[in-house]
Amino acid sequence: MARAVTTRRTIIATAGAWLAGFLIFFPILWMVLASFKTELEAFAIPPSFLFFHWTTENYATVQERSDYLHHALNSILIAGGSTLIAMAIAIPAAWSMAFSPTKRTKDILLWMLSTKMMPPVGVLVPIYLIFRDFGLLDTRTGLTFILCLGNLPIVVWMLFTYFKEIPKDILEAARMDGATIGRELVYVLTPMAVPGLASTLLLNLILAWNEAFWTLNLSTLNAAPLTVFIASYSSPEGLFWAKLSAASTLAIAPILVLGWFSQRQLVRGLTFGAVK
Amino acid sequence: MATRQTQLLARTLMTPAVALLFIWMIVPLALTIYFSTLHYNLLDPESGQFVGFENFEYFLTDPAFLASLRNTLVLVGSVLALTILIGIPLALLLDQPVIGRSIVRLMVIAPFFVMPTVSALVWKNLLMHPVSGLFAWIATLFGATPIDWFNDAPLLAIILIVSWQWLPFATLILLTALQSLDEEQKEAAEMDGARALSTFIYITLPHLARPITVVILIETIFLLTVFAEIFVTTGGGPGLQTTNIAFLIYSQALIQYDIGSASAGGLVAVVIANIVAFFLVRIVGRNLEA
Repeated sequence: MARAVTTRRTIIATAGAWLAGFLIFFPILWMVLASFKTELEAFAIPPSFLFFHWTTENYATVQERSDYLHHALNSILIAGGSTLIAMAIAIPAAWSMAFSPTKRTKDILLWMLSTKMMPPVGVLVPIYLIFRDFGLLDTRTGLTFILCLGNLPIVVWMLFTYFKEIPKDILEAARMDGATIGRELVYVLTPMAVPGLASTLLLNLILAWNEAFWTLNLSTLNAAPLTVFIASYSSPEGLFWAKLSAASTLAIAPILVLGWFSQRQLVRGLTFGAVK
Repeated sequence: MATRQTQLLARTLMTPAVALLFIWMIVPLALTIYFSTLHYNLLDPESGQFVGFENFEYFLTDPAFLASLRNTLVLVGSVLALTILIGIPLALLLDQPVIGRSIVRLMVIAPFFVMPTVSALVWKNLLMHPVSGLFAWIATLFGATPIDWFNDAPLLAIILIVSWQWLPFATLILLTALQSLDEEQKEAAEMDGARALSTFIYITLPHLARPITVVILIETIFLLTVFAEIFVTTGGGPGLQTTNIAFLIYSQALIQYDIGSASAGGLVAVVIANIVAFFLVRIVGRNLEA
């Protein structure tokens, strides 16, 4: 009897969950399908779901007409660069806060968190003017710098929560054996911290890749990453849905894959350890 | 001695991060405060005089400010309500024994990884287009008149898009919390003859109170500054119908080049965000001690 109830429950839950998952995922699926249609079919009513003339022509056109690769390279350099620099600055800071905490450590951490709460639009004006005066508008250097600062608090926080989980006894043992701090860092801590470092890297890469406030406001063409490139489809001429879909699919595909890998760290990273 | 050395080293290691964030916080903010007291327009080379609080007076009494404040509150409130009210049942569903749960999880979480400009344009053109969008086609199947989303209900359209982006976040956090809920407690309640509904109300919901608070606070911080979705779909219009505070400040700064007024607006946005941040920092801080 109990078993029958469980089976029925599983079936109902499975059906419900798959339906919900499908509905939530549908806009993405629909976009990917549209990217393989001709412009006429992408626009057609009633829409065709699977039985249309599949074509990859849109992908070729996107590259040809708007130099997709240039913007993809910008995205890679800006998101990758800002994340790596943020990691380089954050690792020592998070390490010292996790292993040599003082009474002010907690205040410093919370203060760092509070800088993330500042709405970017509150400092748009001075940042824009500083960028203009230093010739940083529409440069990869400028965007890398801003995204690095914007994500630095999250990087420090994530690393801190991971480092804190490394058992201190191991460090003490290493110290007893006469390991210097440099050796301690390289031989003891690093291997244990690699999973945490990897998830921090991944999540911040995703956040930087998708950042769409500073990139839209501070770049136009030369340094424009994919977020800005896609935005240029908002004022198009003629039929463009299939091309928009192709460009969008290319823009989100790599990050969707990375995102799926990092989903477990997502909660931790974005709640600053408040929910685990 | 060694400890003192270690502490010195620890402080040195922390310095770059602290210094950078300090500059990042102080310099732009100080400049914003300074600009907010000037009559300063980039198109007017004569400008730059000190005007005291005139910009704040101008910004706060501007009918556009009240409209955008209203839009901001409606946007934040509606998205919070939608993501939590759909997120709770969805998380409960995913917490059940579901066949292929990891695949369903992937599908549910996917929208969160889609860049805002893509989400907005795909929804606007492929789904919400009044003639050949999918929603219009579904409406005609049922004999209804398709909704012209971005003309008749522009703010609702933005709310739906943003909710779709944030639903995965709420669901994932609630699901994580549910999975840490003690099964024994629930089973004990069931043994005692508690119905599913009362188990939910008296055991599950109280357990979710904290994660729900966290969802509300974190989403609020991000939702207060929704920008790209408005930028690529409506440009704040028609009229001021989809202008939120972030978009209003942007348009004053980079369309009208009114630096003084935009700075005053920026400070207003900082104050609003700080009120929310105050509560979030307290909750996170309490957690840090445990």
